[in-house]
Amino acid sequence: MNPALEKISDLGLGVFNWVDDRLHVRKIWASTAAHHVPQSAGSWFYVFGSATLLCFMIQLVTGIMLALVYVPSADEAYASLDYLTYHQQLGWFLRALHYWGSEFMVGIMLLHMTQVYLFGAYKYPREITWLTGLVLLVLTFGLAFTGQVMRFDEDAYWGLGIGAAIMGRVPFIGQQLVDFMLGGQIIASETLSRFFALHVFILPGAVLAVVSLHLRMVLTKGINEYPVPGMLVRRETYDKEYAAILKKEGVPFFPKAIDKDIIAAAIVIGGIVACSCIFGPKLPNGPADPLQIDTNPRPDFWFLWIFAIASLIPAQIESFALLVGPVIIGIFLVALPFFNGTGEKSWRRRPVAVIAVVTLWLSLGILTYFGATSPWSPVMDAWSSLPPGNTQILNRSPLQLQGAVVLQYKQCRNCHAIDGLGGKRGPNLTEVGMRLTKPQLTRQVVQGGGNMPAYGQNLEPAEVEALVDYMISLVPEGVEPARDFTLKKAAR
Amino acid sequence: MNPEPEKAYPPATSCCGSQPEPDKSTRRDFMLKLGFGLNAIAGAAMGIPLLGYALSSFLKPHQLDWVSLGPVEKFPEGKTRLGEFLNPVRRAWDGATAKIPCWVRRIEGDQFQVFAINCAHLGCPVRWFEESKLFMCPCHGGAYYENGERAAGPPPRGLYTYQYKIEQGDLLILAGALPNLAQPIA
Repeated sequence: MNPALEKISDLGLGVFNWVDDRLHVRKIWASTAAHHVPQSAGSWFYVFGSATLLCFMIQLVTGIMLALVYVPSADEAYASLDYLTYHQQLGWFLRALHYWGSEFMVGIMLLHMTQVYLFGAYKYPREITWLTGLVLLVLTFGLAFTGQVMRFDEDAYWGLGIGAAIMGRVPFIGQQLVDFMLGGQIIASETLSRFFALHVFILPGAVLAVVSLHLRMVLTKGINEYPVPGMLVRRETYDKEYAAILKKEGVPFFPKAIDKDIIAAAIVIGGIVACSCIFGPKLPNGPADPLQIDTNPRPDFWFLWIFAIASLIPAQIESFALLVGPVIIGIFLVALPFFNGTGEKSWRRRPVAVIAVVTLWLSLGILTYFGATSPWSPVMDAWSSLPPGNTQILNRSPLQLQGAVVLQYKQCRNCHAIDGLGGKRGPNLTEVGMRLTKPQLTRQVVQGGGNMPAYGQNLEPAEVEALVDYMISLVPEGVEPARDFTLKKAAR
Repeated sequence: MNPEPEKAYPPATSCCGSQPEPDKSTRRDFMLKLGFGLNAIAGAAMGIPLLGYALSSFLKPHQLDWVSLGPVEKFPEGKTRLGEFLNPVRRAWDGATAKIPCWVRRIEGDQFQVFAINCAHLGCPVRWFEESKLFMCPCHGGAYYENGERAAGPPPRGLYTYQYKIEQGDLLILAGALPNLAQPIA
């Protein structure tokens, strides 16, 4: 070798040895990145944890970048967001990355949790790994909720109102909790400051701390081996069995088991960038101006299912479900590794676990769909914006046409669809004449019932007459209107 | 060149010369206890005010005040109109959030009903429909009659109502807090 090169390489080695002597780099590397894992853990199913952590890193970086411009003041937050989106160079892209990064983070975290559950990774001796994961689940949902408040648009403002209304249902200290959440008696500047502090200091700091412990536990107790059906976990023997697996087929995590994590990382980054480019950032939908009441508050994607539950659950048990439900779920998840800490790990031999997971994801999906479409909400402008269809007007008597006017003008279509157009809160009226008789319809209109307000005080008798006459004429061609068989019998 | 110490550090066990007696507290034990005690006092001196700052909402009583919705003539008899007021508890940097809307129903003469904008279900802003004389909520479909009573949907009660009075021709309401089920008086 060239003597000059040799000198340089010697010098480099000397510097490295000096650093290693002071910082123990080699030792730390060997016990962390190169720690031994079962070869079976280098599986595609094991990429979700590192992918969630990657998302969090992206959120940290993009979040700090956004904080360079964003102003956490009720007066100016919206304007600074507007500037970020439309004027700051690549501001829209940073906002999009942060938004899609959060959507990916919650989604991948849920996949990670599902995988951990199905693979029995929460069982002995990894209870604390599971528990810290639960804390991270709560913190991540906290970050997502406080993040949508940062947009400080209409959805943020009324979303805070929804949060406060839920807090107000807590017995005894409800009011104090509302004030604590809002940082005052109403939603205003201090509310935003409070959520900003949570979103950029408290929650990310907590995530960093808990993630450290979570990863420490992965090193201390080892990553879960790929479960083999029939291999049962016993507290007395598991540690020895795991050590034997490591001895037999243990490989250093880097570089022998990290390949799929790295590919998954590229897919996640690529996905976030692609979504950011294609869909862009979530646009704020109008400033947080309480006077602007023509609004349709909706939470972000990962909270739509809660929004749906709030509508679909019976009113009598709503407070109980909103307040006690999460506590019960929390207790169950915390207790899981203790009452179910041994035995079968593989999902192939745990049908109840599989059914539970499928049921939960299906419920989540269906509730999210309903939350997104919210069929229970009245269509506020149906009465003024929807034209009456031909079938509703053709071949009607003057009285029936008068009834059609009443139906349109009294906002019936906000809740009742006709010919597929209108609200879905109440029954579709397209063929109502087939189902209900004149007395039944009159009673329903005047007295209300079920989920319908009583219109008796708001309608003149002549209007009721016209409206009902119109509705009994709403029958498909060739079908007879509904008849009252009891009346017929009496007439006989 | 290298200032290596000539003498090695004495081993830790021989630090105090003789073996300490197990049940006898030494001066070092006393110092440790004193240190803990001093830190407890210092920690309380710093920590209790910190808690008081962070948890002030648990200690501070509510502050409501009479605010004006404008002259009574703004509200025609037999009609329900949107009113607005400046929140009595506000900061200079509140921006648009300092102004709060409410629904004002003038029954007749000096008889009013002033409803909070917030649905009693989860606080979304209810809208008034003059033709069907109903308030409807865009979030989960709560509906209320003209007099604020619950008509349909998930709300557990009628609309929240403000106290009102008329002074020198102005309609005043007692306001300043977000109404909710724990504190229904807005």
